[in-house]
Order: sequence, then structure tokens, then C-alpha cells
Amino acid sequence: MASDEQRSPRQVLTEQLRLRERLARLNELQRQFRGVGVSGELERLRRQIDRIEVAPTADEIWDVVELARHDKRPYTLDYVERIFDDFFELHGDRSNADDEALVTGIGRFDGRTVALVGHQKGRDIHERTRRNFGMAYPEGYRKAIRLFDLAERHRFPVLSLIDTPGAYPGVLAEQHGQGGWIARCQLAMVRLGTPSVACVIGEGGSGGAVAIGVADRVLMQENAIYSVISPEGCAAILWRDAGEKRKAAAALKPDARHCFELGVVDAIVPEPPGGAQNDPDTAATWLADSVRQAFADVADLDSEERRRQRRAKFRAMGVFAAPIPA
Amino acid sequence: MSSRIDVSVEHRGTPDEGAPGGDSPNTCPSCSSHYRDDELERTLRVCPHCGYHFPLRARERIGQLADAGTFVEEDADLRSADPLEFFDLRPYRDRLAEAEVSTQLGDAIVIGQAKIERRDCELAVMDFKFMGGSMGSAVGEKFARACDRAAEKSAPLVCVPASGGARMQEGILSLMQLPKTVCAVEVLRDAYCPFLVVMTHPTTAGVLASFASLGDVILAEPGALLSFTGPRVVQQTVREKLPDDFGLTESNYRFGHIDRIVSRNELRPVLGRLLALFADGV
Repeated sequence: MASDEQRSPRQVLTEQLRLRERLARLNELQRQFRGVGVSGELERLRRQIDRIEVAPTADEIWDVVELARHDKRPYTLDYVERIFDDFFELHGDRSNADDEALVTGIGRFDGRTVALVGHQKGRDIHERTRRNFGMAYPEGYRKAIRLFDLAERHRFPVLSLIDTPGAYPGVLAEQHGQGGWIARCQLAMVRLGTPSVACVIGEGGSGGAVAIGVADRVLMQENAIYSVISPEGCAAILWRDAGEKRKAAAALKPDARHCFELGVVDAIVPEPPGGAQNDPDTAATWLADSVRQAFADVADLDSEERRRQRRAKFRAMGVFAAPIPA
Repeated sequence: MSSRIDVSVEHRGTPDEGAPGGDSPNTCPSCSSHYRDDELERTLRVCPHCGYHFPLRARERIGQLADAGTFVEEDADLRSADPLEFFDLRPYRDRLAEAEVSTQLGDAIVIGQAKIERRDCELAVMDFKFMGGSMGSAVGEKFARACDRAAEKSAPLVCVPASGGARMQEGILSLMQLPKTVCAVEVLRDAYCPFLVVMTHPTTAGVLASFASLGDVILAEPGALLSFTGPRVVQQTVREKLPDDFGLTESNYRFGHIDRIVSRNELRPVLGRLLALFADGV
């Protein structure tokens, strides 16, 4: 089994080479057929290569943490209204509640019906309260499982948009089985036969985020974060002072570039200069481009093979040391 | 949003470090009775006076569950790496080295094959003393290998978690051990292998939110903390008094998250019965 280190520098290099080759091919195409619609793709690739090559400093990592949590940052429904046609929201876990911290529904993406699940923070204080700041209860993860079942029955591809500080840490959430439902939500994604793409579009906070992140392709926006614990939480434990959050963030490396290097995400989705909040329309266009590409990557597999590859991908995650067998 | 809420997969808020009245590890934190080592060993480290279950080390647990001389450890030489070059007040590498010396374990889980009540099974037992039983890449990999081995042999997997959650020193890679171990459980299910989980104190955060909650049967020792978020963080969030049995085994049983509360002296016969029932279903 995979005892070698995952996504070694060599593999990152391979990725860069692969992108460069595509870039060269597209450049060539563009020269031959002036005006053919590859310029968006070119732009995307150029940006992606730029992202891969610069390692963020501690200060830059903290800037990203703040951008990921920016209160003007586009949320799931902002992207849905820009990249879906005729989105129909589906409410309720068919058991006892409708958790508005997590939205589910079906809509047309590129003319084809896709099932969507995504965390939703609120914009103003009323909506934030109603949506519990994007922190789902077990009911939310149950609603997601319901969506995965529906997608499987009707062969809809699944798009998952991740943006949560974490699953809600409350008494009722515990009594309703928060841990267990996060586990079962992951299992439901592992079992999907239809194509799945996840993208971290803001905060990828811990178990509540990965619960809907077990997809064939996992993307991450340039200024999103994906982490096992918030920098504040980590600082409070390891530094015994939540004020050391910047140091904790630098140590946790929750930024897209590091997540890419560690093999946790497959591609970085570029954002407009200064962050997605400056130009949500462009951010949505670039997100749609990357999602389209990711779906295309896994479109031709049959469902058994897709499941097998998805399992192999997550089975290989992690870096450990093992002696070379004698 | 002055205080952001962390819903972390982490190892804190998990008692047992400096438990009240616990100058000595052999003093019962519940009723303050004091015992000699040999007394506690005879009672499987359960307080004969009040029934408090002292925490068990992984090897003690295996000694109590496996038929004598049947346990063969696997992958003992697998170790954590330091992919993030994590440094807080001290380097992660130092913490790992120290944990290895003080626990005599390679990491926070011990896996291997064994017999329980004369039935073959694969065992995966966690040790809270190794960095709070936290799950990093090495723990995830060893658990996944235990699943693979069980599937190869068509044997049941018996797993005894004791963990504060994911190991934050491995950053996002520790979070990825959640889907990784979930995938491993799927291997067991494909092979029709029974998966029995015995939750012990504490089974929390990332471990509760992944493989530990996916057992075909979930048993738990009495009085154990089994919660996604620890009581301290929940308290900070809701700012009201928590129920007395918040997150404990008894509360989890009441809400339907576990199948049975099993005290330590019953554990081996109960597992034997279950292994027999699952074997006779084939």
C-alpha cells in the first residue's frame, strides 16, 4: 500500500508540468484559431500556475484567514444564483427539522441537473442567527445525506460548497448525535456512484467541513482556508493563549497553496484581485470553470471505478514514516 | 464575533489530566479510595468500591480482551512524520519522541491479530497516554491497515477507541484521517466483516466523527465522555449550565447513539457472544 509520502515535491512538480503542457497546448490552439473560446481557460491556467509557485508567508496566511472570513465574501447561495439555472431548494431532513446552516437543492449547471449541498452563513444579523453562522446541527448533515440519496437515484452529479467555522458545538447537537452524523455523511459521499466535486469557498472548519468534502475532486478557492481546528482554538490549546492565533495559523498552514502541496486539494480556484468579495461575478465565473473541468475529469468513469478511485484517493492521504521492508 | 467558536477536533477538555484528588494514579477520582497496583489489576482497574473505570493503557486493554498469548502485533514500527514541520512552544518531533519514550508505543494505536473467547479477530486499540490518543497520519494508516487485514482474513474487527480527536500538529492531514478511516470501514463492509466498537473514555471529536461511530455494534464503558465537542467548549458557546451527564456514556445511551453500556468485567464475554452471533449468521 501507499507507504511513500503523499504528494511529494516531485508530484507537485509533475502537476506543474502537466499544467504547463496544457497551457502550451492552449497557447498553440489560440495562435491557430484566433478568437476561439480558450482565453478564459488560458487565464485560469496561468493564474493557477502562479499560485502554485509562491509559498505564502506567515503574514500572508493570516491575510487569507481574514479574507476567508470576510463578511462580504460570496456565500454558497451567491454562487448558486450566478452559476446555476433554475435552482430549486430542497428543505428538511425528513425527520424533525430543516437546518438552514446547510442548503441543499437541485439546479441546472451547464444545462445538466446537478445536486448541490453547501454551508450557508448569513449576511445580516437576522439571517446569521437563522442560519446559525453556517454551523450545522446533525439535522443539516442528515439533510445532506438525503440529497446524496436523491442524487444517486437520479444520477445527478453532486457539487458541494464548503464554508463553515465548524459543526455546531451545542448541547442539543451532541444529544442528536453530531459526531455520528458527520461520520455517516462522509460514508454517504464515499458510496456515491455519481461524480462529485467539492470546493472550499471560505472557511473549511474541521469535521463540519470534511463531512461534505469527500468528493472525487476537491477544489479550494485561492483565499479559502481548510483546517483541522481554528487558529484561535489551536492557539488556546498549544500556546495557552488565543491571542497567538497568527502563530497558530502559520503553523497549521490552512491556506490553499499548502493544502495543494499536501495533496488534500486537487486544484486551486483563482479569485479576482484582492479576493472574491471584490468581484463576485468574476469569482463565480472562475469557480464554474474549475468545477466544469473537475466534473469533466471524472465524467467518463463508470460508477464502480469512480468509487474505487475516490476511496483510493482518500485512503492514500497522510504522511507517515515506515521502515523499508527487509 | 469576538470569540470565534472552535469546533475542533482536538485533545483538550478531556479529563484525566490532574483529576481531582488524584495525587496517585491508584486513587479513585470518584470516591477517593486508594488501592495497591495488584488490587487494581485483579479488578481490571475498576474501583471495587464505586465502580469507577480507571483509564487503561492499550497493552493492558489487549491483555484483558485477548485470549492469553494470542495477540500478534502488526505494524509496530510505523511512526508519525512531521509533514508541516509543526512548531508551537516546542517542535512536534520532540513531542513525538517524548511520547514514544514515556508510553513505549510507536503511536496512539496498537493493532494486531488476536483471539477473543477463541474466535479470530483483528484488534485496534487506542492509547490516550500517547498525545491524548490523537489521530494523525500514523493512527489513520494503522487503523486502515487493521481494516484491510480483517477484510483479507474475513475476520471481525474489534476496535477500542480512546482519543481526544485529530492531532492538530499534523494540520489538515489529520483532518483527512476522518475520510480515510471512513473509507477503511467501507472495505470492512464490502467484505462482510463485523465491526465491533467499544468506546472508552474519552472518544471525542475526529475519532467520534469518523470510524468510531460506524461500528455495526457500538458498546461503551460506563462514565466515558463520548462527545464531538468537549464540555468546556460547549459551555463557552451556550453559556449555560450543561446537563450533569453531558456527553457521557449514559446520556449517549439514552439518546440512542450506543447499543449497550458494558462494564469492564463483562466486556470480554459480551464481545465473545457478539462474535459468535455474527459468525453464525454466515
